[in-house]
Amino acid sequence: MFRRLLLAATATIAMTGLAHAAEIGISCGAVGQELALCKEGAEAWAKKTGNSVKIISTPNDTNERLALYQQLLSAGAGDIDVFQVDVIWPGILGNHFIDLAPYSKGAEKAHFPAIIDNNTIDGKLLAMPWFTDAGVLYYRKDLLEKYGLQPPATWQELTEAATKIQDGERKAGNDKFFGFVFQGRAYEGLTCDALEWIDSFGGGAIVDGAGKITINNPKAVEALTLAASWIGKITPDGVLNYGEEEARGVFQSGNAAFMRNWPYAWSLANNADSPIKDKVGVSALPKGGADGKNTGTLGGWQLAVSKYSKNQDAAADLVMYLTSKEEQKRRAIAGSYNPTIAALYEDPDVLKAVPFFGSLKATFTSAVARPSKITGDKYNKVSNAFWNAVHTVLSGKAQADASLASLDGELKRIKRNKW
Amino acid sequence: MANRSELTRAKLRSAWLFLAPMLVVLALVAGWPLIRTIWLGFTDANLSDLSKAEFVGFDNYLANYDGEWAGLLVEPLWWRAVYNTIWFAVVSVVLETILGTIVALVLNADFKGRALVRAAVLVPWAIPTIVSAKMWGWMLHDQFGVINDLLMRLHVISSPVAWTANADTAMWAVVMVDVWKTTPFMALLILAALQMLPSDCYEAAKVDGVHPVKVFFRVTLPLIRPALMVAVIFRALDALRIFDLIYVLTSNSRDTISMSGYARQQLVDFQEVGIGSAAATLLFVIIAIITAVALTAGKVRLSEEAR
Repeated sequence: MFRRLLLAATATIAMTGLAHAAEIGISCGAVGQELALCKEGAEAWAKKTGNSVKIISTPNDTNERLALYQQLLSAGAGDIDVFQVDVIWPGILGNHFIDLAPYSKGAEKAHFPAIIDNNTIDGKLLAMPWFTDAGVLYYRKDLLEKYGLQPPATWQELTEAATKIQDGERKAGNDKFFGFVFQGRAYEGLTCDALEWIDSFGGGAIVDGAGKITINNPKAVEALTLAASWIGKITPDGVLNYGEEEARGVFQSGNAAFMRNWPYAWSLANNADSPIKDKVGVSALPKGGADGKNTGTLGGWQLAVSKYSKNQDAAADLVMYLTSKEEQKRRAIAGSYNPTIAALYEDPDVLKAVPFFGSLKATFTSAVARPSKITGDKYNKVSNAFWNAVHTVLSGKAQADASLASLDGELKRIKRNKW
Repeated sequence: MANRSELTRAKLRSAWLFLAPMLVVLALVAGWPLIRTIWLGFTDANLSDLSKAEFVGFDNYLANYDGEWAGLLVEPLWWRAVYNTIWFAVVSVVLETILGTIVALVLNADFKGRALVRAAVLVPWAIPTIVSAKMWGWMLHDQFGVINDLLMRLHVISSPVAWTANADTAMWAVVMVDVWKTTPFMALLILAALQMLPSDCYEAAKVDGVHPVKVFFRVTLPLIRPALMVAVIFRALDALRIFDLIYVLTSNSRDTISMSGYARQQLVDFQEVGIGSAAATLLFVIIAIITAVALTAGKVRLSEEAR
């Protein structure tokens, strides 16, 4: 009874709140076409409801974006009403967001349950999923054909194929050509990439579901040792300072055979002005050896409404609009952003624009999650220790086994008694 | 006598009156944040909810949990950051002092268009650090950067070098950009000292036919030493606070993190306002000690000079 009354009350407030126009500030990322798509969507909502929107662009680097959010939110600033938050942040920033359940009217049931579960803390729906992500492998169809190769099934095969293509292309005169690019900068992106290598070898997910630190194992050593062997051979040294867009810069200018990246790069690589238009194929990331598995790190972004917003109802309405099926479909077609609504993976229009959404559906739904839920607000420390340990191995400053052994000790110190 | 002390007292009163607004502003903008930072260093404050902070004494610096030592003073990464920062400060300031002196000596000579060159030299110093760091980041880029392109064309290197990514070259890249940026500042300070030197010593040296290099080490250098010391201390303090250049230019791994970078990481990335404030306090203490040592050492030499 009380719940119903509360709902009725919020609904009334919501209606009256929408009656007079509000200006809603929304933070959008600017990786690839994100900003343009966000702007179009938000403006369509503004036109429909008579409100206005202000787009606030934020840093591309996820760590820097989090830092900015933390400063704004801990100061209780109301400048941004709607926050675009990473899949690993609900545990860190959750305190500052309102419960969206009274506004969603059950809309969350159409989304992937795992992501809804990730965004629900203490029974509160703190964010609505906007798009999901998993790492995928991009390859040059034309070059594989030229050298008589198949898309690689294992990382070892990728190493061989990349070496062969790189040698051939360099002999043919392109001395800037490399076999493989990925995200190797010491930041959250490296945690994603390295987790994929380790999980594909069967080395686990740093910390397991029960909170046990599992990273110091022979499979993880094997995975990192192989990855370290790429640097300077099939991968430029500079990859140790590359984020998503730097890697895409090399691949899209035609200077790499393989690239690990998120699905967003697909529509950009096939843009009219892209030198590699229609030459790109996408597959799941390779397995770690014959008995390994195909995997990808779960990424993705959510929309949340700040507690300090002066127009919470209008802001929540904007969130519901942007995460709706129609808007997710538009974004999937125009920018190859993965929908979080399962039904859209069977939509013919979506599959026509992004064919691999259908064939890689399993990869997207079973992606390996970073241990952010179990480690809670200590996740950033865990991830920082992990990417630094990996970066040390990649840059040749330490062997994988020694680095993982010291990481194990470090994680135990961070954990101390409990997560 | 009484009249005179009455006058002195009046003068003192008005002096304090004029000083008061400045002292209040200083206490507000410099004193309060400093005291608050030192205080927060003794708490377990967390960015997600600052109001819940509790006093923990010296635990952020050194504490024993079940027989295991923890805290900043036994944290290898903190000492790594201290080492990185001091290494950077020493190498960059030494290079800047040498290059700055050379540039100042050149600018001190009489030649056509001297005023223009003096103004032009200051351009790197006038560009905001964040802008020059980003600009150099692109110039040093391993695939698209002009520096690699240039060096490859000159056949100095056979394949592009990843200046900012490679652990061995990243710190040198930072030093290089810092030297590029602040040598003009050093040159300007030294030039000011050079311009005040009496010309008679030089005329005497010329008449006696002393070699110019000997003149520089025996006459010029001792005379500009006070100004040089001030410039060096000024630059060293600035270098010890380094943050933006390293943050923008390098990959921010442990190989290049500075003390300020470490404090920021704790404060913002990890939300540990307590430990971050403790690190900031240690940074303050380290800078204060180095300043005290440098000033004392400098003064000792200065007084010897005077004798």
